[in-house]
Amino acid sequence: MSHAAAEQHDVVIVGGGGAGLRAAIAIAEENPAFSVACVSKVYPMRSHTVTAEGGAAGVIKPNDSLEDHIYDTISGADWLADQDAVEYFVHRAPEEMIQLEHWGCPWSRMPDGSVAVRPFGGMKIERTWFAADKTGFHMLHSLFQTTLKYGNIVRYDEHFATKLLLDDAGRCRGCAAIELRTGAVRAVLGKSVIICTGGAGKAFPFTTNGAIKTGDGMAMAYRAGVALKDMEFIQYHPTGLPGTGILITEASRGEGGILVNKDGRRYLEDYDLGEALDVSDPRHPQKRAMELGPRDKLSQCFVKEMWAGRTIRTKDGDAVHLDLRHLGEAKIDRKIPFVRELARNYAGIDPVHQPIPVRPVVHYVMGGIDVNGESATDIAGLYAAGECACVSINGANRLGSNSLTELLVFGAQAGRNAARFAMDNPELEVGGLESQARDEGERIRRAYFSANARSAGSAGGGGAGERIAVLRNELHEAMEEGAGIYRDRESLEKTCDKIAELRERYANVTLDDHTNGFNTELTAALELSSLLDVAETIAHSGRERTESRGSHQRLDHPERNDDDFLAHSLAFRAEDGRTPRIEYRPVTITRWPPGARTYGADSGLKREAEGSGAGGPSAADGNNE
Amino acid sequence: MSKEQALESAEHAGSGVRGAASPEATAERTITLELFRYHPETDSEPRFQSYEVPYNEDWVVLDAINWIKDHVDGTVTHRWSCRMGVCGSCGMMVNGEPVLTCAAFLKSYFPFAVRVEPLVNFPVERDLVVSMDGFMEKLEAVKPYMIRDDVNDTSGGEFRQSPAELAKYKQFSMCINCMLCYAACPVVGHEEEFLGPAALALGHRYNKDSRDQGFAERMDVMLSDEAMWGCTFVGECSVVCPKHVDPAGAIQQAKAMGAQEYFKRFVMPKGAGA
Repeated sequence: MSHAAAEQHDVVIVGGGGAGLRAAIAIAEENPAFSVACVSKVYPMRSHTVTAEGGAAGVIKPNDSLEDHIYDTISGADWLADQDAVEYFVHRAPEEMIQLEHWGCPWSRMPDGSVAVRPFGGMKIERTWFAADKTGFHMLHSLFQTTLKYGNIVRYDEHFATKLLLDDAGRCRGCAAIELRTGAVRAVLGKSVIICTGGAGKAFPFTTNGAIKTGDGMAMAYRAGVALKDMEFIQYHPTGLPGTGILITEASRGEGGILVNKDGRRYLEDYDLGEALDVSDPRHPQKRAMELGPRDKLSQCFVKEMWAGRTIRTKDGDAVHLDLRHLGEAKIDRKIPFVRELARNYAGIDPVHQPIPVRPVVHYVMGGIDVNGESATDIAGLYAAGECACVSINGANRLGSNSLTELLVFGAQAGRNAARFAMDNPELEVGGLESQARDEGERIRRAYFSANARSAGSAGGGGAGERIAVLRNELHEAMEEGAGIYRDRESLEKTCDKIAELRERYANVTLDDHTNGFNTELTAALELSSLLDVAETIAHSGRERTESRGSHQRLDHPERNDDDFLAHSLAFRAEDGRTPRIEYRPVTITRWPPGARTYGADSGLKREAEGSGAGGPSAADGNNE
Repeated sequence: MSKEQALESAEHAGSGVRGAASPEATAERTITLELFRYHPETDSEPRFQSYEVPYNEDWVVLDAINWIKDHVDGTVTHRWSCRMGVCGSCGMMVNGEPVLTCAAFLKSYFPFAVRVEPLVNFPVERDLVVSMDGFMEKLEAVKPYMIRDDVNDTSGGEFRQSPAELAKYKQFSMCINCMLCYAACPVVGHEEEFLGPAALALGHRYNKDSRDQGFAERMDVMLSDEAMWGCTFVGECSVVCPKHVDPAGAIQQAKAMGAQEYFKRFVMPKGAGA
């Protein structure tokens, strides 16, 4: 790997998705004299925020309340969220949503010109803003286009960050990154750094996540000594297309879609999620009930139906039916046109006339880089926001439509805080940082391009080397078999052992491509390395948490255990790179003591009666866009 | 439920996925992919390389390319991410047509060979990857952001916009920047100053947004000689657009608005048009 001269800025952001771009704007606004670097392995508009469909939650209507959004989020999280952070999040959400509206996001509207909101799973009332069913796409493009206004935001598109650079005082001062076009490794330096690199769904074989969701930022922070928090909590979205894992948005249920098993039964009513009201009943769809229950519970119900033999066999595995036919063509085209496009193109199903086969699919990592309520990590000058970070507001289960809002609220906060840190720590020791980046380039060259690495090669037929895809497929298999929707000690231990084995075998991974320019086989190898680190924290944290909470369901410990586990897990990388050390930190409880987590009749109907006045169930059903 | 059931179900959960992604899924049938190969570091000129790929009728062209990279030849270079037609990364020429390879099914070509090339009208970076530098500059040139003084003042709540006002620009806001329209446009190929379909549609999107007040500023760019007027209404951009943005329609509307503005600025005496 050749070496390129260091570039100096005030703040460096790694990741150009929603959180990174929101942070960049916050810094540019906070200090117009600052130079902000945005380092991203893809052009920003390719970032995975683009695929989010259903919407973003924020209290805006007079019939809603901040208090309710807080309670929904905390109970949805199975009380593992930090309540002070949730309060901050909910209070800041409306302002951030309005700001994005001012920046041009084409939110769907009510006839009076105000923004429209729709119901979403686990929410007591409709509070999810949406841009038809391409909300993430519109948010990302609005943010990206807005960044073009600022001359002080400098983009490093298609630069793959591999290492955080710390100065002698232990402050994070930039990253080493491979410029894909040339293969040169350069130091991109700043007085503070924000990681906004998204999740790691690609640790699993069946996921809604795009190819780029490989946990690189999580792994980078982990290697620098920051803990990864609550990694055992992996969200399965209940409605993905079998085979491809393409997401069919929760908004399809928010608009009234129903889930049925092979007998045509709305099976969710058999799992304490409420009563199956007729679709013509004006109270349908009920909030916090049935199809609008939280994602963890709905995915778990699917597995139980499958065990009971009541799912539908398809060539791509078991499925249930998401039936939208009663919504009618006009409403489907107006509210969820992308669902129709995706189902037609990728499943050969027109939801106007046929139910869509769906099954749970890995969607989101609740855990992530351990940050406090100020988006700061334990390393001075290092911040994180978005899916890669764990504040935590999502706890053991994130509510749909909270993550798009989260990247705005905490992206902005991380940006402001990183800017202030940079102002307070203005001096930059370039020499030492640059030499670290040079060492990093040398490490990569030795590991992947040296004569040794080549001679192990499988491409030429000989040697002990293994292809990236072989190791990646075995990792996928281990994660799905041992760390899926239901787990137990034995399955998790097997997965931990398998990951340890794969880490050893990774030392022999070999590339066909030993050239510099646009070497995507090299980046695939680096991504696999990130995934191995992240997967290890998922499996080990899962093994140590001997209770069931939210998305973490242990068959051998089926109950929630607040006495021992009302706590965040913290996975620290071991010195020898082997078994991570797991510690715990108590959850911050302010005003909402842990209670029974109930959906359906217990929680939904009462609120339904209260809430139906001002907006009511039909608020999102008017003749709005 | 027992643990055996759980593990069995976990195995079951995996089966569908592995079926779609692994070579074991191959029947005896295969399909030929002819990939454009060019690496400036090692090649003096481009060539085509053929690969036999297992034929799976659920696969898109992108799956076949990924299969080659994973199992046969790691040097094959292409961009991709979402595999659901919204990130805009995987546009290529397939049998001479610009398409999103994640939306181009092998079954539309089988049993014939599929020839894959990088998007035309762009410099080739390596293999199927083109340089986006010029495209990004053109996007930026049209000032694609909300222009008004109170854009950062959230105290008054949302700017009101009726569904009818939204409908005036919504279609033009759907562009995923996949650049297929630039590969299809005959003007882009030979007129460097021409901003091209996606950038013009994006500029027009903001001009038609009832919340925006930046029309005059934006038209400073769009009214220059070849920026917009170079378009000859061939309309291929709208034909190949995977998101039905209709950039040709946007340019037609923009030209009409531009002609009025041009008249106001340069023909009428200052102030007379007010």
